[in-house]
Formats: sequence, C-alpha cells, structure tokens
Amino acid sequence: MIVEEKKSDRAQAAGKEPEQSAVKLIPVYVMGKRYEVPEGFTIMKAMEYAGYRFIRGCGCRGGTCGACGTVYRKPGDYKIQVALACQKTVEPDMYITQMPFFPVNRASYEFSDLTSAPEEVFKLYPELFRCVACNACSKACPQGVEVMDAIAALKRGDISEAARLSFECIQCGLCTSRCFGELAQYHMFQLARRIYGARILVRAEHLADMVKAVDQGKYDGILNELKNMKEDELKELYKQREVEPVSAGENWQPEDTRYL
Amino acid sequence: MSLAYYPGCTLKTKARNLEEPAVASLEALGYELEEITRWNCCGAAYSLADDDLIHQVAPVRNLVRVKESGMSQMVTLCAVCLNTLKRANLVMKADEEKRNTINSFMDEEPDYDGEVSVVHLLEVLRDEIGWETLSEKVRRPLHDLRIAAYYGCTLLRPKDVAIDDEANPTILRDFLTALGATPVEFPEFARCCGSYQVMSDPDGISEYARVIFDSALSHGAEALVLTCPLCDYDLGRGQQVLMKKDNSFRGMPMFYFTQLLALALGLGSEVCHFELNHGDPESLLRAKKLLS
Repeated sequence: MIVEEKKSDRAQAAGKEPEQSAVKLIPVYVMGKRYEVPEGFTIMKAMEYAGYRFIRGCGCRGGTCGACGTVYRKPGDYKIQVALACQKTVEPDMYITQMPFFPVNRASYEFSDLTSAPEEVFKLYPELFRCVACNACSKACPQGVEVMDAIAALKRGDISEAARLSFECIQCGLCTSRCFGELAQYHMFQLARRIYGARILVRAEHLADMVKAVDQGKYDGILNELKNMKEDELKELYKQREVEPVSAGENWQPEDTRYL
Repeated sequence: MSLAYYPGCTLKTKARNLEEPAVASLEALGYELEEITRWNCCGAAYSLADDDLIHQVAPVRNLVRVKESGMSQMVTLCAVCLNTLKRANLVMKADEEKRNTINSFMDEEPDYDGEVSVVHLLEVLRDEIGWETLSEKVRRPLHDLRIAAYYGCTLLRPKDVAIDDEANPTILRDFLTALGATPVEFPEFARCCGSYQVMSDPDGISEYARVIFDSALSHGAEALVLTCPLCDYDLGRGQQVLMKKDNSFRGMPMFYFTQLLALALGLGSEVCHFELNHGDPESLLRAKKLLS
C-alpha cells in the first residue's frame, strides 16, 4: 500500500467545523471519496490534509523526482488530465488518483556490451514498433516531453534526438500507462540517454587533461598551504581575494595565473 | 528550389544507400530535399480493414506536418512509404466520415482534408525536371549497362495511387534511358517480392525472388533497379537462400534507382554507399568502367 488513510479524518472534521479555518475549502474526490480541502493546496498537501500519509509516492516535493504522477478528471470534461501531485494545486470537484508507479518491464543488458547502433534499442525493446503515433503519451506527460516524437526518433535510429527530446523525462510512467501499444517509453529513453552520454556525446578533452593535472599534484602545494594556515590568516586571505569583475570579458584572467 | 521531403525510418538506418545518393543528386540538379520536421513512421503498411482508423493516424500526422510548414507537396523515395502515405491521404480527401473521426481524434493537430499531394522522386524527375533536362545533366552515362526495370507492387498498385500506368509503366524505362543505361523490360516487373511475408515464411518467399531474377536474366538483364527497401531485403535475402540450395541459380546485383542517378550525374561513389547493398554490386560497375 502506498498511502494510508489516518484514523482521524481531518478533512471531514474540517468540513463539519468550518469556523476553525479562515481559508476557503473546496471539494475534491480522492479515489472517489469526497473531501473538503483548503483552496491553494497542492494535490499532495490536500491529500495529506484529508488524512493520507505518504509512505511512498512522494519524493522530492519539488517536481523533479517523478514519484507523484497523478491523473484526474473534472466534471463536464471527458479528457483525462495529468499532473505531479506536488506541483498542481487543487481545483473544485477534481477526481484524483495518484499513480506513483506503473508496472513495465525494463530490459536487462550489460551496458559495456552496447554500441551506439540503433539496433541495440530495437533488440532490447522490440515493442517500439507497436507505436501507431496516437500521441496519447505526449498528452499524458506532466513535463511536456514530446514523447511520441522521441519514440519516432528511436524508430528511425536517431538515439541522439531521442536523448535530447526526453531530457526532461522524470520517469513517472504516465505515458506508459496511456500507451495502447504497451511500450516502455521511459525505460527506452533512459537507455537512449545512457547510450548518448557514453557512446555518442563528444568527450571534453580539456576535462581529461585537467583531471590528469590534478592527479599529478598540480594543486597539492596550495591545498597543503591552506590546510596549515591559521584561521585568521585564512580569513585575511579570503578578504583579499581577487574577484572577477561583473563586467569582465571572456578573456579575463586573475593576476595570479599559477593555478589556471 | 526546395522540396518537402519525407525520408521514412528505414532510409535512416538500413537504406542509407537509398537516401544519401538522392540528397546529393538533387543538390546537383539544383533542388534541396528539405526534411519535414517531427516526422513519424509512415505506418509501414496500409491497413486494409475498413474501420481500422487508428492505423491511418501515423501517415496523416506526417501530412499535417507538411501542411503546417506551408508546403503543398511532399516527396518520398521509399515506395512503401509512398503507398501508405498516399492511400491515407485518399481517405482524408474522399471519405468525410472517416476524415472527421480522424481529425477529431487528433484534436491537438490542425484539421486536415487531404490538401497535400504525395509524390515519388521518380515523378519529380519526370514531371518537374523532365527526362531531357536530366539526360543533359548526365556526366557519366551508364552505357552498356542492361538493367531490369523492376517496379514491385507499391509504385503501381492500387490503381488510384499508382505513379504510372499499372499495366504498362514506362517511368523506370525512361529514367534508365535518360541515364544512358539500357532498360530491360521483363514480364515479372511488378511481381511481389514477398513483402512482409518474409516474417512468417522467410525461406518460402525466396521462390518469388527466383521467378523475378530468372525472368530478368532471360531477358538479358545484368542488374535490377529498386525503389523499395523491403524489396531490397526480400530479394537480397532470397538470392542468398537460392544460391545456397541451388547451384544453377544465378542472381544479379541490385541497385537503388538513386545510386544509378548519382553515378550517372558523376558524383563520387562514396555517396552511393555500395557497401550497404547485397552481394557485390561494384564488380559489375568496374567491369563497365563506371567505377575505378
């Protein structure tokens, strides 16, 4: 069980004693049951207000972890709506169900064996070709990812484009829940981003050079010097540090260039 | 001049030897193949079930992309894409009830009623550039190369999407003639390669290849010209199967029409990607002094 309902049902209590609260209460339906919750609350806060305690299905509460995917409908609108429970504020008469996980199989692979060939994705996720471009996936994405376009990119072997288009994917699985081709979109995208990062993206050579220089002790001297300084000396050094001016151009350099 | 271009998935992977020579050739002819944005699979096969509208959504979405870009015509190189897109387009043009259903299902897209025309590159060469102009641009005539004009199914059937007379087509013959080659017309020019039956009976359909190659050979062809990656796959695979089980079988090299076009226009062989062809097509070209 992902959520538990508390024995004391605060929302109903609040409904009976509105004088306790100055905020306006609005009705919402969580898994079909009516609750009165304060206007302006996020779905997640409203559910907690209603008495649900999240053991799972809530992660960062900041709209990035993808743990609180939620579907809802509003009266008079046949369309299903999606949101992250921690981001979307409640609206009157929403019917809400949180869907923090949607079962889908993740292909298993030894990453070191994979190349950047399009066939790697085809072999691991052959259901890719069941896509009929209905676009239900993109419509269900709370991040605004063009899921269908990213799938189309994979079909034509463009792993880089799939990685780019799916960059904002938080793997909530709402696309997968809507797919009648039964694709595992978010796992495919993760594979695409892994292949892109490890096999396609051009390596920054200067980074490798710098790591090598650090390994060879380029900063050992200055770090030891700092470690052995007294607190007062450190503070003084900090005060006297040279700061890059706001108006500095691209080619600005500090006076002391020994550590660049 | 810029042409809205729909590549199709296979041309980006297995059939780059169909796409890349086309892009280079069109550039040499003063045209730019401008890939449409956000394109999807063409649908891969036209669904024959009358009420199976969901399988029209993918092709129609591509036509919507062309409409959005303000273009009125879209060019394809792959014969299967052409067929699927054109037939879906006919549904949108001719059938009001289906058009309304599909448009209301795709409520995130602008309404579409079949206003984009879908053409094959061979039609652009025939109708816009013209065989005469094309033959004037030939720098390396394919003299002494006898090529079977193989259409397969999807360029000619069904009749309402055919790019030429389905019983007596001339477009490939005229194309080959413009390039300086000797076209070979043969009775099996439109015989099916086996199509997607390769999935269920991969070895059985090699007999289709036997009929096609035997017929082309007996009419004096040295090679076969193709417009379709599925034909390439089935006939290429079929040749291999036949050679293994039958010593008397003689196959022949196959070329995409765009490879012959690039070669005749004098472009470098690197744009042709002969390494992606079945067998060894380069030996024949070397023997005819068309490749060094």
